[in-house]
Formats: sequence, C-alpha cells, structure tokens
Amino acid sequence: MNLTIREALLTFRRAPLLSALSVTTIAFSLFVVGLFGLVAVNLQDALRGVAERVEIVAYLLPGTPIETITLAEKDIEAFPEVQSAVYVSEDSALARARGELVEFRDVLQELERNPLPASIELKLKPRFRDVQHVNEVADRLRGFGFVDDVRFGRDWVEKLDRLRQVAAAVGLVVGAAFAVVAIIIIGTTIRMAVLQRSREIAIMRLVGATDGFIRRPFLLQGAIKGMLGGLVAMGLSYGAYVLINRWLIQAAFFSRAQALAVVGFGALIGLFGSAASVGRHLRRV
Amino acid sequence: MIKFTNVFKAFPKGGLALKDVSFHIAKGEFVFLTGHSGAGKSTVLKLVFAEEPVTSGEVRVSGFNVAELRPKDVPMLRRRLGIVFQDFRLLEDRTAEENVAFALEVTGARRSTIGARVMRVLTQVGLAAKAQAYPRELSGGEQQRVAIARALVNEPTVLLADEPTGNLDERATRGVFQLLRDINASGTAVLMATHDLDLVRQAPYRVIELQEGALVYDSVVDEPRDQAASP
Ligand SMILES: Nc1ncnc2c1ncn2[C@@H]1O[C@H](COP(=O)(O)OP(=O)(O)OP(=O)(O)O)[C@@H](O)[C@H]1O
Ligand SMILES: [Mg+2]
Repeated sequence: MNLTIREALLTFRRAPLLSALSVTTIAFSLFVVGLFGLVAVNLQDALRGVAERVEIVAYLLPGTPIETITLAEKDIEAFPEVQSAVYVSEDSALARARGELVEFRDVLQELERNPLPASIELKLKPRFRDVQHVNEVADRLRGFGFVDDVRFGRDWVEKLDRLRQVAAAVGLVVGAAFAVVAIIIIGTTIRMAVLQRSREIAIMRLVGATDGFIRRPFLLQGAIKGMLGGLVAMGLSYGAYVLINRWLIQAAFFSRAQALAVVGFGALIGLFGSAASVGRHLRRV
Repeated sequence: MIKFTNVFKAFPKGGLALKDVSFHIAKGEFVFLTGHSGAGKSTVLKLVFAEEPVTSGEVRVSGFNVAELRPKDVPMLRRRLGIVFQDFRLLEDRTAEENVAFALEVTGARRSTIGARVMRVLTQVGLAAKAQAYPRELSGGEQQRVAIARALVNEPTVLLADEPTGNLDERATRGVFQLLRDINASGTAVLMATHDLDLVRQAPYRVIELQEGALVYDSVVDEPRDQAASP
C-alpha cells in the first residue's frame, strides 16, 4: 500500500506537466458542470421562492359564527397538504387593505360598512404546490357550507408547473450532456497518462508485476487528480459566483454537501477513468 | 529447467516462426541460441517467459507448464526468471539503484531487505559506484550491467538474454559476457540468444542453432559428429 501511494505521488513529480494538464482539464470540465449546477441551484431557489407564494384563499359568507370558523380552521389545518391556515376577519382584512393600499386610504377611511369579507388563507406544503393538489384542496374547501368562494391564481400555478417541468427536463438533459463531455475529456486525459507510461508498464510486467500491482497506483493517482480537479473547479465556481453576485444578480452558492458531491464526482471520474484506461491497456498488451 | 517438446509457434500474421522445436536445458547450464536474423531466437525466449502463447507442443520452465499457464500465474513465472534485452529496457527517470529495486518492489519484497539486496547485485555487476546515476548518464555497457543486476536481484534460476551484447562495442561486449559467465559459474542457468559467432567460438558452451524456425543443430546431441568434422 505504501508503495502504491509512493508510486502514485511520484507520477506528479516525474510527469509534472502532464499531471498539471490532467488536473486542469478535469478542473475545467467540472467547472462547466459546476456553472451549470449553479444555474440549476439558483433556478430551483427562484422557483421555490415563487412557489412559496402559492396561496389559496377561501372567502367566507358574511355572518358565519366565529365558533364554526375556528372549528373549520382546525379541520383545514389537518388536511395533509396544508402547511398553514390563517383566519383573517373582516376587520383585519380592512386594516390590511388600509395599510397596503395607501392611495385609497381616504376612501377606505370613509366607508360606512366594511365591504371586505372574512377569509381563511391557506399555504400548502412545498411538495403540494402544483395544479392538481391546489385544485383538490380548493374543491374540498368549496364543500364547506360557509365558504362563499375559493380563489387561487390558476393560470399562475399552471405556469409554475410548466416552468418546473421545463427546468427539470433541461437540467437533466444539459446536465447529463455536460457530465458525459466531462467524462470523455477526462477519460482521454487519463488515457494519455497511461500511454505515456506504457513502456514502464511493459517493464513492470517483464519483472513479474501482477496486473493488480500495476493498476493500483494508476487508480489512486486518477482519484487524486479527479479530486484536485474537483477542488479547483469548486474554487473557480466560487470565483464566478462572487463575480456574478457583485455585478449581476443576487445568487446562491452550492451547499456544502453539493460542493462535496462535485469534488466526489471528480474523484470518481478519475478513479473509473483510470480503471477503464489501464484495464484496456493491460488487456491489449 | 527449460524443456521444449515438439513446439510450434505461429504468429497470426507471419506464418510459422517455430517448427517442431525440442530441447532440454539442465539446471546451471550455459546455452547459446544462434541463427540468422528471423530464425526464431527471440521467439523461443518469448515462449519461455510467456510473452507469446505456445501454438502447440509443450514448454516447461522451472516447474511451470507454460503452454497452459493462466494469465494470473505469468507474473509468478517471470519472478523465477531474469530477462535481459539488447536495448536494456531501463526506466529513464529512475536511478540505477531504483531500477534494480523496482524489480524487487514489484514482487512485494520486504522493504527493509531491498536496499541491501540491491547494493549486493550492483556490486556483483561492478556498478556499486554508479548506483545513483540515471541511465542517460551511463554507457551502454554500464546500462546493460544495470539491466543484468535487475535480472539477478530476484535470484532467478534461469537468466534469459536476447542479444545482450548487440548494442555494445567489443570491449563492453567482453565485459558483459564475462559477467554472464560469472553468473553462470555461481549456478544460474543462462540461455543467451546471439549472432556474435566470435563469442560463441571462444566459450566452451552448448550451442543450439535455429534455421527458419527449425532446430538444425544442438552441440550436445550432435557433439560426436561436430568433433569429427573439426579436428
Ligand atoms: N509479433 C509477431 N507477429 C508476426 N510475426 C512475428 C512476430 N514476431 C516475430 N515474428 C516473425 O517470426 C520470425 C522469427 O522472429 P524472431 O524475432 O524470433 O527472430 P530472431 O531470430 O530473434 O531474429 P533477430 O536475430 O533479427 O532478432 C520472423 O520471421 C518474424 O518476422
Ligand atoms: Mg531477436
């Protein structure tokens, strides 16, 4: 094992240029994947923010007794889809209107009778914020006798749904394409490293090295290069993120787990790329 | 030690390289393998160290049935052999010492013993003083000595040498040849392919000659006739 580590590390000293080239190639391939990942992460954040505003409002018939409402509120809160249900009385509706519609404050002030109905405002749990569930909940709400009308931005929820589907599809296709390109580029680089050492491999075999013995330093070295590439890629992505944040838009960066996943992905590509290259080489000669 | 019985070797593109070759080399023997270029000398050696598969016939090398050797046992066979080539085949980015040590490390030898064993064989080939030199800093003769040291370090029972003096001048040739004789004198069998007939004539060793893949002369078998022919 000691020997494996030594041989793997020696590669960096013996072929510094090719090693640096491998790490750089891996880094930039993963950087592209990382940039795309950043876009995906931010898009997801934005969609979540929009979905946050998916709200269903049930307007109540005037004169519904408060006890009935309190009971119903409990029932509604117990719906599996519902995150929160808040009762807004006629008075607080008016107060809110006065606060929000400053321009009409005078008009609202002079009203003799409060024209605003009481309502229950619902928020759904994140995974239920789509057309189907919103519709179901709205139908159930209409079943309550004291509910006058149920409103939610139908068009808007539908658009959100479409947007989510498109984002997921694009994310999957483009992400997979980037990942495949990264794997091919990285695989080619590793193949060069193996070919560069084919003479050495031949001599190792001549003096009685087993294939496993020959393979191990390559695997370790591949994994190390992949990991270094992943780290550099994360550094570059972070740089890009800082620039975007400063000059363009407020954006989010990867969570620690996501960043680790990219580095781990690099290490895995390095490992399997090396395994494939060395394996093929050993079988051929 | 090495026993060929009715061995044939055909290359996918190239026809028969060996035709019905049989010979037996005993422990501790020194044998020259001669013949014109393309006669099949290197092919014989390649079959011995399982570089090429045997087409038909039987090849036995120090207890291994080479024709039926599984790929995973090939390294075990090679650890019992020392192999030397005309072009040395040293690793350019390692010193003489590291080149020799490499052959030991590959076999999983104990680290603590490697240094001493490497120095011992380098001393044996007369290169202890150049242990830290890289191949490019050594003459051809010196590089071949490093290669021989590498071949010896696993204490092989047979040393295979494919034209080990092919790239050397006369002086270096004599030195390397003497080294091989010394190695043989200490008990290691040597099978040396060469077309340097001067070398073959000056030593009293067995000669096996190939011609277009066929064994046409073996001094052990044909000795009486040979001696009668040349007084
Ligand atoms: N890998 C191969 N594929 C096809 N034919 C081959 C291969 N290796 C050798 N041969 C053929 O086998 C024959 C014997 O070759 P070999 O290398 O054993 O000759 P040799 O006696 O070592 O010659 P030299 O003295 O030039 O080294 C030649 O005709 C050669 O062309
Ligand atoms: Mg030859």
